[in-house]
Amino acid sequence: MKNSKYIVVVGCGRLGSLLANRLSRDGNSVVVIDPVETTLDDLSPDFSGFRINGDATHMAVLKAAKLKNADVLIATTSEDNVNLMVAQVAQKVFRVPHVLARVFDPSREEIYAQLGIDTICPTSLAAGIFLEAVANGGTRQNGELP
Amino acid sequence: MKIIIVGGGKPLFFLCRNFTAKGYRVIIINRDKGECVLLSRQLSATVLCGDGSDPEILKQAGAMGADAVLAVTPNDQDNLVICQLAALKFGVPKAIALANDPDNAEIFEKLGVSAFSTTQIVGSLIEQRASMAQILNLLPVGEGRVNVTEIALEAGSPVAGKQLKDIDLPENALIAVVIRDNRPMVPRGGNDLQAGDRIVLITLPENHGPALKVLTGEEK
Repeated sequence: MKNSKYIVVVGCGRLGSLLANRLSRDGNSVVVIDPVETTLDDLSPDFSGFRINGDATHMAVLKAAKLKNADVLIATTSEDNVNLMVAQVAQKVFRVPHVLARVFDPSREEIYAQLGIDTICPTSLAAGIFLEAVANGGTRQNGELP
Repeated sequence: MKIIIVGGGKPLFFLCRNFTAKGYRVIIINRDKGECVLLSRQLSATVLCGDGSDPEILKQAGAMGADAVLAVTPNDQDNLVICQLAALKFGVPKAIALANDPDNAEIFEKLGVSAFSTTQIVGSLIEQRASMAQILNLLPVGEGRVNVTEIALEAGSPVAGKQLKDIDLPENALIAVVIRDNRPMVPRGGNDLQAGDRIVLITLPENHGPALKVLTGEEK
């Protein structure tokens, strides 16, 4: 339970729910936001955080998540533009100190690096790992999942 | 003038028709194939089918040399990203986003993107027209910090027959133009106002109500 943080996770898909479950289990206060109520059911039974059913591009929803108190925001929805908008609003309007956004399109990633938004691009990451594996003769050096 | 418009629906159609009639070069980006076909048949604009927030599509649309990009899709997040890409990646001098959620208009401005909210504009128009029949037009300029209002003076107006210098307008209010018998003029203190005149009034929102009251006698 060292360094418990207040973390808002936007999007409760495969990645969002995995992160929320892990972060909650590690003792952080977690709030998950998703517009589809049933996807919030994907959270594990021992998830102890809050669930908000709503669209994170609406200010009212972000206010309800008490975003201005958050230490970290992670935007993991399947839509790049939603992630980029929520990340910017969190950083510039709610002054969240640490903001991360998932962006699938590598060509969009570069412009947001300019704006100071930390992005993680699964496409570039996977491409990098594949290329490395190909260079190593088809096997990954550390053979296990990160 | 070369304008790229991203979006669809009737507002986009009439907007484009308006722009092309003025001789502007219009490039439309729309996601829906069927709508693209219809638009290209009905308008003398270039129509591109694709995602306007994809830098590659913007490049194909010629964003590099465009004078303005207008993002009017129903999704605020797309409008924001389209405008940011246009401004930052392609150096488009004017990128304007529609904020479907009126709260987002202010947020977009904070994020450095010019935005407008039709809800706000139409809402204030309706309010003004409903509350006072004499108001013909209301135009917020400077992100709503200045109101330009056109008013028709009725016979019962307390200022009809008075000279401008004798009218006690509140601070930050100006009678900019008087239109009499379809002839506009910029009035001076010695000019008078008459019933039937149309006045163009410039106010700041805080003095809008008091200034209207002086001219029409009605409470806002």
